[in-house]
Amino acid sequence: MTTAAVKPATMAQALQRAMRDAMAEDPTVHVMGEDVGTLGGVFRVTDGLAKEFGEDRCTDTPLAEAGILGTAVGMAMYGLRPVVEMQFDAFAYPAFEQLISHVARMRNRTKGGMPMPITVRVPYGGGIGGVEHHSDSSEAYYMATPGLHVVTPATVEDAYGLLRASIASDDPVVFLEPKRLYWSKAEWSPEAPAAVEPIGRAVVRRSGRSATLITYGPSVPVCMEAAQAAAAEGWDLEVVDLRSLVPFDDETVCASVRRTGRAVVVHESTGFGGPGGEIAARVTERCFHHLEAPVLRVAGFDIPYPPPMLERHHLPGVDRVLDAVARLQWEAAS
Amino acid sequence: MTVQELPGSAAAAYRPTPPPAWQPRTDPAPLLPDPEPYRVLGTEAAASADPELLLRLYAELVRGRRYNAQATALTKQGRLAVYPSSTGQEACEVGAALALEERDWLFPSYRDTLAAVARGLDPVQALTLLRGDWHTGYDPHEHRVAPLCTPLATQLPHAVGLAHAARLKGDDVVALAMVGDGGTSEGDFHEALNFAAVWNAPVVFLVQNNGFAISVPLAKQTAAPSLAHKAVGYGMPGRLVDGNDAVAVHEVLGQAVARARRGGGPTLIEAVTYRMDAHTNADDATRYRADSEVETWRAHDPIQLLERELTERGLLDDGTRQAAAEAAETMAADLRERMNADPVLNPMDLFEHVYARQTTQLREQAALLRAELDAEEEAR
Ligand SMILES: Cc1ncc(C[n+]2csc(CCOP(=O)(O)OP(=O)(O)O)c2C)c(N)n1
Repeated sequence: MTTAAVKPATMAQALQRAMRDAMAEDPTVHVMGEDVGTLGGVFRVTDGLAKEFGEDRCTDTPLAEAGILGTAVGMAMYGLRPVVEMQFDAFAYPAFEQLISHVARMRNRTKGGMPMPITVRVPYGGGIGGVEHHSDSSEAYYMATPGLHVVTPATVEDAYGLLRASIASDDPVVFLEPKRLYWSKAEWSPEAPAAVEPIGRAVVRRSGRSATLITYGPSVPVCMEAAQAAAAEGWDLEVVDLRSLVPFDDETVCASVRRTGRAVVVHESTGFGGPGGEIAARVTERCFHHLEAPVLRVAGFDIPYPPPMLERHHLPGVDRVLDAVARLQWEAAS
Repeated sequence: MTVQELPGSAAAAYRPTPPPAWQPRTDPAPLLPDPEPYRVLGTEAAASADPELLLRLYAELVRGRRYNAQATALTKQGRLAVYPSSTGQEACEVGAALALEERDWLFPSYRDTLAAVARGLDPVQALTLLRGDWHTGYDPHEHRVAPLCTPLATQLPHAVGLAHAARLKGDDVVALAMVGDGGTSEGDFHEALNFAAVWNAPVVFLVQNNGFAISVPLAKQTAAPSLAHKAVGYGMPGRLVDGNDAVAVHEVLGQAVARARRGGGPTLIEAVTYRMDAHTNADDATRYRADSEVETWRAHDPIQLLERELTERGLLDDGTRQAAAEAAETMAADLRERMNADPVLNPMDLFEHVYARQTTQLREQAALLRAELDAEEEAR
């Protein structure tokens, strides 16, 4: 263990550090996207990379998402590991054709001959007062596409560890960055960053006995706060941070639900056809006899992402989570 | 009334000046294509064409046409789900593929099986996509042929990325990307050309303008003077070539490949040709084109054009002609025989290549299929 100074660091800094370390270790890692070079990205996540590694390694591309991801496919075919930045969640949509028709299935259609070690970084989610098209939670679209890994960190340590793992992965990873956590801080030593976190493992952020909150990304802090508040009511909530939506860690999730007998899935994305439906179904299929109440969902409303002055009504907050917890109690009592 | 004539204006007439930072990047004139498609066969230039090349092109064209006929026949026997024939377009396929060096890469569309086979791909492996046993039946790295691409124009940015990566690594590799006239309307066509020009990537884009995108004629696809004209807007040269003249295609492609290899950047080439068969065996071409039009193109057949030149120069005797026909027949017989054997499939392969390591979810599903297969086996 080194004695490197432990200082507060933001998630954005941890992400930048992950790319920097990956680029330093592996000359095939290339960062590319809109404004990632001189500017360092609109969220400054790629700050300094072009200066340190040159424009060939951290490239300001033309403004064309399909082109960015499409050329990344060709680069991957030639042995590079592109790390692609999509500027905002809703601006990744032009690249869906390349993502779904090629990135996700190239390994499969070539019987393993052409793996696609591409990381697609997507700042996602709301809560930052962004105007239209700057706050979508698109994870359900990505989850529905076989061949992709879908990962989202909620802590500074995981931001580093999961991004390192994603870049090192021989499969494509959609790396969802909860943009309202970019400036969240943790005591963190950039000289001895946390270990690389393997993709596909959920973690229990808080243990409890009364019910499990299953969540990820920007909703993790909300659930932690809710658990704190619930303690005052005598509810001892467990919080599971999924970290990886694909692959899905049934083991950790189900072990928790079997212990607590109750579960609420919490996310910002819309509820209908959203990730929570899949998660609730999986939990029900596997833990039915342990359940004291139906698995509930607390999700964003089934509406296009609202204008920023109204977004606080849309985003699941602590109260909505606590209401669901209360309903679990009622279900159990009835 | 012009600005200068405004009543009451002083002698110092208003002269619009360009905005301060503006200057043209490039003189568009050298980028513009010649309006006439470039031809060699039937012109004086043909006399200096290398006899060895002419004979090689001839043998490949004859083999290619036989391949198209055989594959079309295989659809009638239900051995192929579908086959998009390139009959009439063999000169583009072969002329372009032979302009590449071994280290170069080809990015074909679904219609470009012949170009892939001309690069040495096993004729059977090139057909697995259309037979339906596996999407890509060959190792793309072996002959440097990307998977035959079905979504239109999406392979073009791949070619740009690969060529760019090769250049970054210091390899003098060129990528040839093929697309149809209809595909040029797709956004990926635009994005690929733009990236290639901005990155000065060693890529050659070949548009085979065969007149139709399924049933839609070129006039409903674009209002540009020609597809080659589109190059100017990206800052790369556009070239028009007679796509039925194998020698001209080979020469124009060769120049563009050489230019890309020495760092000159991308080129857009439009080969003017014609699809003699329907779009695929599932299409009825009589609904959208007249027989008379097909007949005028039949008189401009790529094999006949080359035969005429070879005969005139005394390079094509009966022996050579027969040798080419026999080689084509041997290929067809082999293709027939191997395609008529049922492919051996392992359903468990379905789960093998989704991820580098199977997820638990896929392992569970694989176990389900395994059990179903075992039950089937037992019932037999
Ligand atoms: C993105 C996309 N849209 C539609 C299709 C269906 N489609 C297959 S071939 C074709 C026509 C293509 O014409 P063209 O680009 O001229 O190529 P050609 O078939 O003449 O070689 C269409 C519309 C497709 N394959 N991909």
